[in-house]
Amino acid sequence: MKDTATGPTTAVSNPPVQPMKAYFDTSDIVRISATKDVPQPTRQLEKLAKLIDVSKCIGCKACQSACIEWNDTKPEIEENVGVYENPHDLTPNMFTLMRFSEWENPETDDLEWLIRKDGCMHCEDPGCLKACPAPGAIVQYSNGIVDFIHDNCIGCGYCVTGCPFNIPRISQVDHKSYKCTLCSDRVAVGQGPACAKACPTQAIVFGTKEDMKAHAETRIEDLKSRGYDNAGLYDPAGVGGTHVMYVLHHADKPGIYNNLPENPRISPLVEGWKGVTKTAGLAVVGLAALGATLHGLFSRGNRPDEHDDDAAETLVVERRDPENGGHV
Amino acid sequence: MAPRPYYSERGDHIDSKAPVTVSRYRGFTRINHWITAATLILLAISGLALFHPSLYFLTGLFGGGQITRWLHPIMGVVLFFSFLLMFVQLWRLNMPKPEDVTWTTRIGDVVKGNEDKLPELGKYNAGQKFVFWAMTGLILLLIVTGVMIWQQFFAHYVPVPLRRIAVLLHALAAVAILLVFILHVYAAVWTRGTLRAMTRGTVTGGWAWRHHRKWLREIASRDTKGPAE
Repeated sequence: MKDTATGPTTAVSNPPVQPMKAYFDTSDIVRISATKDVPQPTRQLEKLAKLIDVSKCIGCKACQSACIEWNDTKPEIEENVGVYENPHDLTPNMFTLMRFSEWENPETDDLEWLIRKDGCMHCEDPGCLKACPAPGAIVQYSNGIVDFIHDNCIGCGYCVTGCPFNIPRISQVDHKSYKCTLCSDRVAVGQGPACAKACPTQAIVFGTKEDMKAHAETRIEDLKSRGYDNAGLYDPAGVGGTHVMYVLHHADKPGIYNNLPENPRISPLVEGWKGVTKTAGLAVVGLAALGATLHGLFSRGNRPDEHDDDAAETLVVERRDPENGGHV
Repeated sequence: MAPRPYYSERGDHIDSKAPVTVSRYRGFTRINHWITAATLILLAISGLALFHPSLYFLTGLFGGGQITRWLHPIMGVVLFFSFLLMFVQLWRLNMPKPEDVTWTTRIGDVVKGNEDKLPELGKYNAGQKFVFWAMTGLILLLIVTGVMIWQQFFAHYVPVPLRRIAVLLHALAAVAILLVFILHVYAAVWTRGTLRAMTRGTVTGGWAWRHHRKWLREIASRDTKGPAE
């Protein structure tokens, strides 16, 4: 009999040598796209998080390589256009991307090389899931992982409009949407995400959200002692917090890290579209259709009578005006 | 060529005299109208399926969600061009005329069927003109916003914030056009004798006299075949 894995608390442990049963499954789903009244799980899994400390990142892209290897994706070989980003953007085959920016600190006059590992933030309140029209194409587990179920994805791109971080990418090959899974398949058997496992400086660490917040505190304290007075944790409340968090040395200016949004939230346009428009729109159309059908069935209608027929005949055949003393 | 008629199209003519029937739409216009109608219905079904989760099952009619997602915008383009043809044919007689104001202010008599209290009208009444221009505006809005959110071909050209506006406008315009569509079908059924204009292409003389008298007068006045034999 297989042992059931325990939830991971770190990414550095080595995998078990025995086959393990997943510690969470579909019964731990708390939200399903385009599905109302999802039966809530009987247990609450420990919330997980990946913490990315940008101050420790050396931009080696081991995380990208590990991601490609674990997820078996095949990003296209691209042209070198003189920038460090490779590939040029997140793609359906590249779920995470090191974004590089050069920033002149106006206070110190130093040039700072800011490197941010971009990818799905695994929002507690996921905009992609809210926008998705296909039942079951996006799910959220009680440990915080937001996952795309590709069998149910129809490739409409609504998740792109819903996402406050511009993460999902639609494949032109199979027309399905792709993004970071937080390595849900690794996590299920007690392992941390491949990127965190591969990171040589442990700029990427993984564990329970509580642990990660506590770890972030020590990192922030350290950064502050080194003169980064505005160091802080990026766990934006506008999306209910995220299960991928950053330690930023300039947490007061997230925008300098390649346009990391200052206060991300699901756009009010998306909320309005998926809220009142959807509900009221269907009600109005339904009522109008029903009313028109019923009234159409039971009303007498407006029917020409024989006077109309006679008048037309007088006009057309006898060429006299039925109304005007007989003159056309 | 004779000057352009004021209340009718050149091709509208007395079709028969015993009984009197009047040709209202030629075959090409009718076929095109039904292409527009069919695509609009299919677009409504596929669009509603993606609009509200409770109607997602309708994607089954098209062979699943992926095929529905693929087909919906293509049908939209077909509808746009077939409506464009219809627009070119119909816009002139749908321009507002003074009698439309009177007709609209007496909308109560329209609903009660008191035709004798209404002004004589050309080929279209103000209600029909409203449907025509509402369809025109909404189809334009739908095709523009629809192309902007057409993931397969145009996703890379439209920034995400703009797509959010487009997707909301697309949904609102879709709701509006469905209401106009319901009004259009209802009015065509309620006004008995109207449907045959789009099936057989003709209407009875009585229908024309009752609802579109100026149209009938103009056609009758240029009917040079003389009295019935």
